[in-house]
Amino acid sequence: MELNTEEMLLNMGPQHPSTHGVIRFVVKTDGEVMSAAVPDIGYLHRSIEKIAEKATYNGFMPWTDRVDYLAAMNCNVAYAMAVEKIAGIEISRRAEYLRVIAMELNRIISHLLAVGSLGMDIGAYTPFVHALREREKANDLIEELCGQRLTYNYARIGGVIYDMTPNWDAKVLAFLEQFEPLLNEFDRLLTDAKILKKRLGGVGVVTAEEAINYNLVGPNLRGSGVKWDLRKDMPYSVYPELDFEVPVGTGEAGVLGDCFDRYNVRMKEMRESVKILRQCFERIPAGEYQVKVPKKIRPPAGDVYVRTESTRGDLGVYLVSDGSDKACRVKFRCGSFNAMSIVEKISRGMMVADLIAFIASLDIVAPEIDR
Amino acid sequence: MQKLADLLIQKIPALQPVPVDFVYLGVQVVFALVMLMAFVAPFAGIVSWVERRIAARMMDRVGPNRVGPQGFFQWIADGIKSILKEDIIPTAADPILFRLAPYLVFAGMFAAFVTIPFSSGLIIADLNVGIFYLIAVTSIVVVGILMAGWASNNKYSLLGGMRSAAQIVSYEIPAGLAILVVVFLTGSLSIQDIIKGQGAYPWQWYLFDNPFMPVAFLSLFISSLAEGNRTPFDIPEAESELVSGYSTEYSGMRFVFFYFEEWANLYLIAAVGTALFLGGWQIPPEVKTWASALGGVVGFTLPHALEFATFFLKSAVIVFIIIWIRWTLPRIRVDQLMSLCWKYLTPFGFAASLGVAVWMVVFPQGVMSVRYALCAGAATIVLYFFYRVAYQVWYSRQPIHVNPFV
Repeated sequence: MELNTEEMLLNMGPQHPSTHGVIRFVVKTDGEVMSAAVPDIGYLHRSIEKIAEKATYNGFMPWTDRVDYLAAMNCNVAYAMAVEKIAGIEISRRAEYLRVIAMELNRIISHLLAVGSLGMDIGAYTPFVHALREREKANDLIEELCGQRLTYNYARIGGVIYDMTPNWDAKVLAFLEQFEPLLNEFDRLLTDAKILKKRLGGVGVVTAEEAINYNLVGPNLRGSGVKWDLRKDMPYSVYPELDFEVPVGTGEAGVLGDCFDRYNVRMKEMRESVKILRQCFERIPAGEYQVKVPKKIRPPAGDVYVRTESTRGDLGVYLVSDGSDKACRVKFRCGSFNAMSIVEKISRGMMVADLIAFIASLDIVAPEIDR
Repeated sequence: MQKLADLLIQKIPALQPVPVDFVYLGVQVVFALVMLMAFVAPFAGIVSWVERRIAARMMDRVGPNRVGPQGFFQWIADGIKSILKEDIIPTAADPILFRLAPYLVFAGMFAAFVTIPFSSGLIIADLNVGIFYLIAVTSIVVVGILMAGWASNNKYSLLGGMRSAAQIVSYEIPAGLAILVVVFLTGSLSIQDIIKGQGAYPWQWYLFDNPFMPVAFLSLFISSLAEGNRTPFDIPEAESELVSGYSTEYSGMRFVFFYFEEWANLYLIAAVGTALFLGGWQIPPEVKTWASALGGVVGFTLPHALEFATFFLKSAVIVFIIIWIRWTLPRIRVDQLMSLCWKYLTPFGFAASLGVAVWMVVFPQGVMSVRYALCAGAATIVLYFFYRVAYQVWYSRQPIHVNPFV
């Protein structure tokens, strides 16, 4: 007798506990081993780039929060930098420092959620809640700075909207003081857990060559051992004055470029962010936090491309101006979109459980894919 | 049981014309129902509340605390809610199998409690094949789970059911080997005989009988975790992968039956471990003589109550450890699960049974010094563990509660 087996087509998503938003994966599976997982995107398309052509330069600022809601500050700043560059606006140094402080706090907030939800996706619930607890404290600080907890809308063309409140720096430093030991505790609970290393080590290996070919950016690229960080390599804002390391993957749990490396890069980046924040508070000068800009900004015709290092990597803003008070074209270039493209290649012959870990380790945020 | 039935026949004249066997049967059935309804059902419910509270403490949350003192009646509220929920059977599902599956799971679990002793007298049926019956009957649960996975006509359910079947069937082998080791020592399959072969003090437990027994105990414990679908082996219902595994399509009371099975199973795992390795309900003989000497109703019930408390406390500690593990560790992958079973636990189980057999031939009377040494070793490990916990708690105490807004 001959046993016939056939492949099962499993629709993972758009609503699924581990896709973190509305993404769909069409999984071809034979039992536990998949032959391919094809990502299907577009469920969260909100035409943000089209809206940019209909709104004034200042009016579009709140929409940039929604490009990547977990790194709203980075999107704010990237867009503001693009407009400032094309309109030739110089902002004050205090505003630069305030932006960097807010962006690095945002990086901690975003990475905490990334590593926490990776833990949850492979079954460890407790670290996720511990990460969220720390995230809440950081959110409280951000709320005091700009009045919002998720979609900050903090940067303005020509600076930032508010100066920091009195004594805010002391509160942030107090938070960092207790946050660093908690990172160690998080390491003991999750990073050093043998099961985690077994689950993530050697799984979803992206070689450095593949990572570059598929245009992976940020921690995903650095996890493959490529030392490329726009804050160091194409410096902007006040980053050249600050002293920090760029952590890269080491392959300590298996092969270089596996899920554990990407996870560990994020853990190390949080420590670097703490270092950057401390330096910023030492160096931040007094002065204006906003320069005078005309109410209706009419930049000269032309185009400009600005690259920043967001939490999910290279966040590029391409802006074309035709001289009116509305942009002619705005294009966001986001890390998650590229990360999705490699899923199909790497997932061949993977197990279903590994796919979940792989997607979580890429730190994909659904709205950033579609915009 | 028989004594109680004889007493009833003496006291109640109406029973005397009835054949004796019928009276015995009636008493046994009534006792079984009381035991299951008054102990197992509330236990499964309360443990669900306990687990949620413990998990909340570990996660720095509060947990359910609204219904009753400290939220104690949460499980009753949840039960009522589930009964009132709509019972949905998907159109594409196989209606008969879909309905049948929860009952099979439920029946398999409850039937296993028949041979679980609560004290020297409190046991529904002291079968001479007790532990063998227990292994056999809990296997019905697999059939139920597989049935649920298949009948739901949902791909996640199917994957969950398949995973569960593969997992439970594989882990029966190391569990069976570990149980076999105890049967070697006792020469009986009856759980009461196994407990009677041990004593009240730790060095009289089978766990410390010879150097191979701790291996068998650990292997049994890990296998039971896997058979009970508990983390790190909860892959059949791995939420992030399979939504909810075999119970995805179930709602209302049928859904509760699956979770009821899971929580009742917690006690079953703990009770088997306690009975086989940790001395069961044994209390020191001096205490027992003292309690029996009180005479009257107290003299009859107090020894049983003490034995029940001993057994329950030992089991509760194991239940707590299982909950603790669940909320600490990530889950492992299917292939890792299988390799753990076949490459490590099964060979270790064989080695342990071989070792125990040789030990029994070489030292027919056992070696007391080895027992004391093993016992002391275990105590050292436990003490060191608590020292580590205390150190870590102390180490992380001061930074954890700094509120930046004070």
